[in-house]
Amino acid sequence: MHRTKVKVATDVLDANATIARANREDFDRAGVRVVNLMSAPGAGKTALLERVLIDGLNGVRAGVLEGDIQGSFDADRLSALHVPVTQLNTGRGFGGECHLDANMVRSALSALSLDEIDLLVIENVGNLVCPAEFRVGEDRRAMISSVTEGEDKPLKYPLMFRTCELVVINKIDLLPHLDFSLERFLENLDQVNPGVEHMLVSARTGEGVAAFARWLEGAARG
Amino acid sequence: MHELSISRAILDTAIGHADGRRVVLVSVTIGALRQVVPESLEFYFQLVSSDTVCDGAPLDWRLEPARLRCACGAEWELDAPAFRCPHCSRGQVTVLTGDQLSVDSIEVEVDDPCTAPR
Repeated sequence: MHRTKVKVATDVLDANATIARANREDFDRAGVRVVNLMSAPGAGKTALLERVLIDGLNGVRAGVLEGDIQGSFDADRLSALHVPVTQLNTGRGFGGECHLDANMVRSALSALSLDEIDLLVIENVGNLVCPAEFRVGEDRRAMISSVTEGEDKPLKYPLMFRTCELVVINKIDLLPHLDFSLERFLENLDQVNPGVEHMLVSARTGEGVAAFARWLEGAARG
Repeated sequence: MHELSISRAILDTAIGHADGRRVVLVSVTIGALRQVVPESLEFYFQLVSSDTVCDGAPLDWRLEPARLRCACGAEWELDAPAFRCPHCSRGQVTVLTGDQLSVDSIEVEVDDPCTAPR
């Protein structure tokens, strides 16, 4: 017996990347642009989407794919706004995957009315670590960081803050009640993702939300 | 992050290339920017490879440092998440290395032609 070396040279997440590309092809064929929206749990993804959908996107038909470990709470909130919403649960009742991957999104494709929409927003599972690693076939990535999470988040979760093209800073209506330093947060953000586009919003009061709506409209146009 | 499912993915790749032969080494590259803890990966790989052709095969990992290059020409290695150029302060940097997460090669046992059973 002797040993022989076999060259492999394969990316470990190759299987996910392959399915993500297949999703992307399906989205492209239907003429749908896709935004992967990520954040920590409770940062305000659903609240911000609610606000944007209530105020309306100009000339853009939007649909939402809700990713949660379990429950349809978020999908129920959004479906009241008369946009196509599909809930994707990563678990079966008591726990599941902590992120969406390409295969999960692919399994939900048939439930999405792709021919009725121009823009699909995928609201990922609340998690600042794992969703950043798994492409699902999106065109753009955006994240929300709320002021209640503190200034250090970009330094603690550099991959998430780096992988996104837009960082939405939410809950600014709470600033008078917090010791949060926006200046320090922006310095930390700049250190991790120099020059990344960012905006200040309050999903609750609506302040700044129009800018996010315009960004989504831009994403829909490609 | 996800060292268990990543080690399963590594195992599947190794088994796929082993073609039924016994695997005695699996070599991987782990980029510093990839949120993977090598020691955890080693631990889980031993668990998942049990009772497979990779049973007992060590996971040989190479940590690839994060190296960046700036438009000004400067190149440097990162040990903290600070991505602005330390020389000119510009933010247009390219990641040269540190993004990789790959199975590079495996070593398998092969019968010697003279001693192979006839």
